[in-house]
Amino acid sequence: MNTDATDTHGRPTGRRTGVTVAAVVALAATLTLLPLSRADRADDRGEARQAATQAAPAAEEADCEEPERSLRASREDGPTIDKIKARGHLIVGIDQSSYRWGYRDPATKTIEGFDIDLARAIATDILGSPKDIVFRAIPTNQRVDALNTDTDSGVDLVVRTMTINCARSEQVAFSTAYFEAGQQILAPKDSGITGYDESLSGKRVCSADSTTAYDELVKNSFGAIFEDEDDGTPKDKDILTVPNQLDCLVRLQMGEVDAIVTDNALAAGQAAQDPAVELVGEPFTKEYYGVAAKLGNDDLVRRVNQVLEEYRAGGADSPWMKSYDRWLKAGLPGIKGPPEAKYKD
Amino acid sequence: MRAAATTEPGRLQIIGALLALLVVVFGAVTSFEVADRYSAADDVVERSQPLSAVAAKIYGSLASADTAASSGFLAGAQEPASVQKGYRDDITTASELLVDAASSTDSSSDSGRQIATINEKLPRYTGLVERARANNRQGLPLGGAYLRYANQLMTQEILPAAEKLYASETARLDQDHEDARLWPFLGLAAGVVALGVLAWAQRRNYLRTNRVFNHGLLAATAAATVVLLWLAVGHTVARVELNNANTNGQASLKVLNDARISSLKARASENLTLVARGAVLTEKKGDEPQKDQYEVDYQSHMTALGEALSKADKLADDKTGRAPVESARAATTEWQYRHKSANATDKAGNYDDAVDKVIGDNASTGQTFDTVDDELEKAIGHEQEEFTDSAKAGRGALFGLAIGALVLGLLGAVGAILGVNRRLSEYR
Repeated sequence: MNTDATDTHGRPTGRRTGVTVAAVVALAATLTLLPLSRADRADDRGEARQAATQAAPAAEEADCEEPERSLRASREDGPTIDKIKARGHLIVGIDQSSYRWGYRDPATKTIEGFDIDLARAIATDILGSPKDIVFRAIPTNQRVDALNTDTDSGVDLVVRTMTINCARSEQVAFSTAYFEAGQQILAPKDSGITGYDESLSGKRVCSADSTTAYDELVKNSFGAIFEDEDDGTPKDKDILTVPNQLDCLVRLQMGEVDAIVTDNALAAGQAAQDPAVELVGEPFTKEYYGVAAKLGNDDLVRRVNQVLEEYRAGGADSPWMKSYDRWLKAGLPGIKGPPEAKYKD
Repeated sequence: MRAAATTEPGRLQIIGALLALLVVVFGAVTSFEVADRYSAADDVVERSQPLSAVAAKIYGSLASADTAASSGFLAGAQEPASVQKGYRDDITTASELLVDAASSTDSSSDSGRQIATINEKLPRYTGLVERARANNRQGLPLGGAYLRYANQLMTQEILPAAEKLYASETARLDQDHEDARLWPFLGLAAGVVALGVLAWAQRRNYLRTNRVFNHGLLAATAAATVVLLWLAVGHTVARVELNNANTNGQASLKVLNDARISSLKARASENLTLVARGAVLTEKKGDEPQKDQYEVDYQSHMTALGEALSKADKLADDKTGRAPVESARAATTEWQYRHKSANATDKAGNYDDAVDKVIGDNASTGQTFDTVDDELEKAIGHEQEEFTDSAKAGRGALFGLAIGALVLGLLGAVGAILGVNRRLSEYR
């Protein structure tokens, strides 16, 4: 698959030597710079970035700080849990086109991924079996509606790479964070692009419309070209700014862009589909994914948080790490464990 | 000349020459004008209408290929053989017709430029579709992204070029049509003048000789009258038939082709709604919730389809033409109804059932689409026949007139000269 993919891209055959040399250089550079860059990120840029990203929403909604804080975990039943138990199955809204997170394999027609493992763990905890679950594939723009509707299309929970933020916290109730993601650069292995830095200068960089990735490029693009000529008009060819993050990988494979800015969690799914690309540099923003429930369904939120407590526990043998190893590690290596739970009560 | 004009034989000679000239000129002008109309009518039948039909077929095949690509994709890793064949056939048809169209088009003309655009982008399109398939077969969601990119290339760049090609070929047809229908004013005027002068000459002859008939002049008058009547009647019939071809055939063909394209685009959008799964949303406008782009596209194409079909229904002038249009309308209504149900199933999260309601064998939207497509094909075939029949009849009405007018003009001139000579001989 590896060689097939590279062949269809029509890259020069002499590439392999290039990779090797680049890899050796990169390895040497990483080994020498590792301690320094880690310190650098944690102390300066990481913190500064986080402050910067939080400052923007804070300006709009002054009362929202640390939206990832959730209700304290509890196993106590309530009206929502009772309803689910009476029904006999948990209904979960998921994604079916996010590779390695929630993805419907067209051959087997089964849905699988990191989000799906978590959803099954919740179902098992409440109802006793990972099979007592009904998945509803919902598009991104239906996530909030699906929780709030009482019709057939309604769901109990949404487990769908949903970022916890202030605006959404007013519409849905989030669990504690179950994954920490950040914007990062995805580039071909031999591109010479080293991360969200000066190496982007003059490069064509792709991002999805109205995403954090695009906003970050507007703030600082390091001289990268990231806007289409006819953006926002019907003539827009959607090359540098595209409808969906996965479209960026298409443009990259077609040779129309040099690098991609995207959420590293989603990028892990992209890297899993194209062995010729990898995440480079460090994440330069911080965001958390949470399980969403309908506002007011506190018993369910507490129960999910309880499940998450157990899901995270156990270090390298925790269900969380096992699921990470299975789905995400290949594309998104280096994660030591889940984010810590934060509570507000 | 002045001396000749003072004596009667001299005057007769001048009159004879004038009559002969007028009749010959009448014949020649008629012949010239009719030849022009005939060749325009011939162009309509043999060249511009077929080219316009070819352009419509190119447009249709390209849209159909895009629809087939998305239907096959939706079916999963293993595309149904029939859908794969449909896609291949569409691409082959389009490529072949593009070669045909290019051979009868100046490459620097507007049509030539559109053909070049399509030829340049079509390989890129098929390349994207193949990548979409390759990824889909491996079970990678990247396939869907490739398919959407292919669809974007088709709908934003290739189809507009095909539409322009169709429009410019149709404009050329309209021009030929206008040329064929243009009244032969000069011929008609020359005929009236020739006949008038002939009548005057015969009256003059009658007043001077008291003889009612001069055979030669009578023959000339008869010849000129035949040419004038032939011209007037022939061209009127031609106009009526060509108008018929235009209003009954071409106008219907145009809206039916529009309807077909709309139905194909609607179908492709419907398929992509399930491929994209909300990955593409409409542009953000204020606080309005963003909608699924493909669902919005589907709705707008269905509206266009409904409008085109209602126009086609009004334009259909006979039962054979109306029946398929009405079946297509009924199928469109059913399609929308089934789409709503598929959409609700999808929204409820039952993806497999929704896909089945779109491409399945049991009461799917795909079946209603197929009905619409088949009925439209029938209607287009019928209107094309009507057009060709009428246009051929129009061209036929002018057949032989050009040469006939020339021959009769010459005969009339001979008659006029003989008639005048007969009078002249009385002076010797």
